[in-house]
Amino acid sequence: MIRVAQRRYPLGGTVDVVVIGAGHAGLAMSRCLSQSSIDHVVLERGEIANSWRHERWDSLRLLTPNWQSRLPGYCYSGADPHGYMTAPEVVEFIEAFARTIDAPVRTGTTVTSVSAVDDRHRVVTNHGQWRCRAVVIASGAHNIPAVPPFAAALPQSLQTLTPKDYRNPGQLDDRGVLVVGASATGLQLADEIHRSGRHVTLAVGEHIRMPRVYRGLDIQWWLEAVGILDERYDQVDDIVRARRVPSPQLIGTPQRSTLDLNMLSERGVDIVGRLVGVNDGKAQFSGSLPNHCAMADLKLGRLLKTIDAWAEQSGKSSEVTAPERFAPTFVAEAPPLSLDLTSGRIGTVIWATGFRPDYGWLHVPALDHKGGLRHDGGIVAVPGLYVLGLNFMRRRKSSFMHGAEDDVRDLGAHLATYLRDSAYRRTLRAAAG
Amino acid sequence: MKLTAVKVDNGVNVEALLGARQALTEAPEAARFKWRATCSWINGTHSRSMVRGYFGLGAEQSHKTEFSYDADHPEIFASEDKGATPVEYVLVGLASCLTAGVAAVAQHRSIQLRSVKATLEAGMDIQGILGIDSEVRNGFDGIKIVFEIDADASKEEIAALVAQSQRRSAVFDIVTNPTHVAVEVR
Repeated sequence: MIRVAQRRYPLGGTVDVVVIGAGHAGLAMSRCLSQSSIDHVVLERGEIANSWRHERWDSLRLLTPNWQSRLPGYCYSGADPHGYMTAPEVVEFIEAFARTIDAPVRTGTTVTSVSAVDDRHRVVTNHGQWRCRAVVIASGAHNIPAVPPFAAALPQSLQTLTPKDYRNPGQLDDRGVLVVGASATGLQLADEIHRSGRHVTLAVGEHIRMPRVYRGLDIQWWLEAVGILDERYDQVDDIVRARRVPSPQLIGTPQRSTLDLNMLSERGVDIVGRLVGVNDGKAQFSGSLPNHCAMADLKLGRLLKTIDAWAEQSGKSSEVTAPERFAPTFVAEAPPLSLDLTSGRIGTVIWATGFRPDYGWLHVPALDHKGGLRHDGGIVAVPGLYVLGLNFMRRRKSSFMHGAEDDVRDLGAHLATYLRDSAYRRTLRAAAG
Repeated sequence: MKLTAVKVDNGVNVEALLGARQALTEAPEAARFKWRATCSWINGTHSRSMVRGYFGLGAEQSHKTEFSYDADHPEIFASEDKGATPVEYVLVGLASCLTAGVAAVAQHRSIQLRSVKATLEAGMDIQGILGIDSEVRNGFDGIKIVFEIDADASKEEIAALVAQSQRRSAVFDIVTNPTHVAVEVR
């Protein structure tokens, strides 16, 4: 039935809901809308799971184990539930989901503008216009690399890369590499580039330390079982702060190995403080490294304590290995506070400093003074507008693939009510007019 | 055993601080402050700095009284030692900022403090300021801070207080990160 609609309006038209983005979140919403028989299209700038095809480095694997890769009514059924998908495997998984749910996706369709016209939205694309009553923004939170302004002061002779254009160490010359940022991305790139024989300096700010496996089980298993991933945005103390928490230092490898700062410094990576400026061709690092490492160690200690208490209470304790505690993060006596970027010893700077969403095309009054979307658990401050997949949007798991299911159920229900009410309001207006 | 609810009171009005945070989130321009000091040379290395007015919440503000700080160098530098050295004022600033932070964070986390004592030590090779060796920097080569805290909290909770205090401290940020300094002569 939806297929017919797709053929009837190949280049735009009128539809109840436009979903922007055919990644896992947009497709999960599509399934939810289809199940409620809500007429919709999914507009995709490239292909299904586009960023997983074109914006990931070669060695990247998901940070969540395969058994946790689930979408509404769909889950991993392969032979390696405890493994971690490569990017091509993620593409395959999401594509298979799209086929299963028969999603009305229009690929190669880039949204250039969303604006309000009366009580509807107008969605302009490179292939026609759509008029709709609701819009679901599922274009992701990782559109633009968040590179600090002082990046402009880097010497022109350096190669600079973001995780969007980094693929493998073969892209780099043989000189040293400064990796800025110590979340999952920064640690993984620092490790891989160091293994390639290049000298790596890693600039470390606030970070979240986590072992890959704890008491014999994947850390994600514990986070899920304890209920941490299900914590809701309206139940935490400070949601603004919670949403800013960086991604944990994890890596998905067939060996299920942990990757942390201690391992990197043992292997010979130079660990320095947060990069806070570039002056006269010198990178300047913060003297706050000991505190950043102490905070991450304390936070890890609290997490493990929470897990152990839950394991004890639930009886899981008897099925798993004994509690473990990890050595504090080693910080050198006096790590360098600056690095000469003009000496010729450094060839590349990689910004593993996170991403921000791109809302340049969103012409509705829903942005705050920092360009972020004003929303209440995904319900945007403009009627009929919804967002998906942002960090801790409704739940701590909102940005994960397996977090989409609960969010689209909540937001899908809200959206269905909104459509019903707005139809009722129109009927009333027509009767009055 | 009789259990009584004890109200935690470190003398910090956390409600007011949280209220200010909420208000300033909605009006970020009011959050722009200007801190000021004046300094007059007296004699030799002796100077006196005064602090009174500052700008914040969109208006000129003033301390209740004017505060005065004498700075000098000790006698081993052939000075008269009429006040703490300027670098010791940096330690004073850092210590008092972190200590205030510990109290505020403890109040917010419902931890009753009984005593907080910070001891600071900063290393400096004065070959730098004397121009003996240009490879030696003028400033500290490091600062060591030891906090001794007696409070109704576990060792980890106290460590977390001190860590969070550093995370939110203005002077810690000023000391650990570069700051632009523009000096002009009129």
